Amino acid sequence: MPEAGEPEMSASASAPVITLKTVHKIYRTGEIEVHALRGVSLDVRRGEFVAVMGPSGSGKSTMMNIIGCLDRLTSGTYILDGVDVSTMSKNDLADTRNEKIGFVFQAFNLIPRTSALANVELPMVYAGVSPSERHVRAREALQSVGLGEKEHSFPNQLSGGQQQRVALARAIASNPAIILADEPTGALDSKTAEEIMRMFQQLNRESGITIVLVTHEADVALHAKRLVRFKDGHIQEDRSILPQDDVLSLLHPLEVEL
Amino acid sequence: MRFLDIQKMALHALGKNKIQTALTMLGIVIGVSAVIAMVSLGQGAQKLVQDQVAGMGESVLQIQGGGGWNQGGGARQGNDQQTLTEGDVDAIRKEVPTIKLITPIAQAQGQFVFGNQNWSSRVEGSNEHYLDIRGLKIDQGDFFTEADVRTANRVVVLGKTVADNLFQGSDPIGQTIRIRNLPYRVIGVLRAKGQSATGQDQDDTALMPYTTVQKKMTNSAIPRINRITVSAIGPQATGAAKDQITELLRERHSIRPGQPEDFRVNNLTEVAEAAEATTRVMTLLLGSIAAVSLLVGGIGIMNIMLVSVTERTREIGIRMAIGSRGSYIRMQFLAESVILCMLGGFIGVLVGIGLSLAIASVMGWPSYVSPQAASIAFLFSAATGIFFGYYPAHKAASLDPIDALRYE
Repeated sequence: MPEAGEPEMSASASAPVITLKTVHKIYRTGEIEVHALRGVSLDVRRGEFVAVMGPSGSGKSTMMNIIGCLDRLTSGTYILDGVDVSTMSKNDLADTRNEKIGFVFQAFNLIPRTSALANVELPMVYAGVSPSERHVRAREALQSVGLGEKEHSFPNQLSGGQQQRVALARAIASNPAIILADEPTGALDSKTAEEIMRMFQQLNRESGITIVLVTHEADVALHAKRLVRFKDGHIQEDRSILPQDDVLSLLHPLEVEL
Repeated sequence: MRFLDIQKMALHALGKNKIQTALTMLGIVIGVSAVIAMVSLGQGAQKLVQDQVAGMGESVLQIQGGGGWNQGGGARQGNDQQTLTEGDVDAIRKEVPTIKLITPIAQAQGQFVFGNQNWSSRVEGSNEHYLDIRGLKIDQGDFFTEADVRTANRVVVLGKTVADNLFQGSDPIGQTIRIRNLPYRVIGVLRAKGQSATGQDQDDTALMPYTTVQKKMTNSAIPRINRITVSAIGPQATGAAKDQITELLRERHSIRPGQPEDFRVNNLTEVAEAAEATTRVMTLLLGSIAAVSLLVGGIGIMNIMLVSVTERTREIGIRMAIGSRGSYIRMQFLAESVILCMLGGFIGVLVGIGLSLAIASVMGWPSYVSPQAASIAFLFSAATGIFFGYYPAHKAASLDPIDALRYE
């Protein structure tokens, strides 16, 4: 499947990588039902950089878990990179995460006491890539985030920004269809956060990687090209981020767009 | 996912917590080494008894004189009632067709003196067939002959321990030693036999013609015969020989039916087999007690693995998020516990062998390291790893990635 897409790179730039159709998610804990998503429909095309905003409880985390194939939807359809993942088994979901999704988390989530290189290689270990190829690809990924000399460092020897860059390298090393970033700058100071966001932008611009970013900070969202705002399990606002947008204009939804 | 990568991952995880790994392994090391040491010692004892059966000479029967068995047992010497006679020996030799060789045994105790060396030992008087009956061998010199027995010559064949202690390395053959102030000529030295199952030194003995013992070493007026030792014509004939001898001696000693005998016929092979069965049971018992410690070690592994799964919940979540199937997580944790157990098992085998050799040399027991016991203990430890590692591994594999990622 991924091979088939290669020759028509330019044509597929507008093909949707993520298609969500009237997705509902209901959590049941005993008697209590929580309707976390109430019919969300969303298309994300290849090469997009989407910022997902919304207050806590708005359903944005639930949607991230569903897009990340970590959770299954209650009803609706989810097509990821041309494959319907709505009814996949746990193992197939794991394989899909491995093959198509690169995660970047707020808490970096590197494996402790394991070198940067080994951390970046890990998804490829699960994919069954041979050790020699793994090394080459992991080194390349580390170099592309500017950490070529740190490949033997352990996470606790790296600064927060460096750890997040290792996590980014891990996410891109296996060539995923999308990168899912969940508050990637939440644990970083503003200067480092800016660096990381530049790196996301650069990856999106230069390598055409599709990025979906969850954040509640407007200045972080400003780095993206499109804004999706959640409220009460619905998409409240979905629009492009324009050059004239600033932190203030992103903080509140434009009523006109709806 | 590649199999080798699972092993590497497991080894890496074990290497991260060296002290925890070592302590957990210790339980298995102790369990396996205890099993091996116990089984090895037991089997050593068993082998010793087997050797003794072979060393006793095939199909040997012993006729012990004296009554009152139920009070004292058969091993008492000196004050046993004197019931066996030269006539009994001749009668058995002539009338029992299932026997091959026969010798009367007269026993005494004596202080052996050579130069300024002293050694106290027991003396067994027999006829010239004793070596063949008991399956003994001469190491140096000769055994005494029928002529020596007939004329009650003062010749002696020494056991290895006696010869070593009296002669301190010099050649004993042809030397004259003194026992109870009478001179005896040393004509031979027996080949060493080592210890008996009961820990007795079988080489701490001396042999001489029974006639010599009767005349020179005992003070009683009647020639004394403590035992008669007989070899049957074959292992199958021992039963028949025992019955025939019993019948003959009852008749000769005028014992009416229903009355207790004033002698006892022992089948040494039977005794040895009983002893062997006892040691086998002991081996099994010791082995199973030791196996309990292996079980405890296994429970220790399970405990540590469960703690480890909880400690690493977040790591498991990360692994799942980046695409590990549950089954890979399960395999990794299972591999960790199996590697732990197999490594512990391997060290345990080495420690167990060392331990059994050490105990054997300290206690003066023979030790026989059974490769069978070692491999079973090793495999058992690997099985322990799978058995006690499965539940924690399964627990890890069934974690929900979202919950695991959120775990603090």
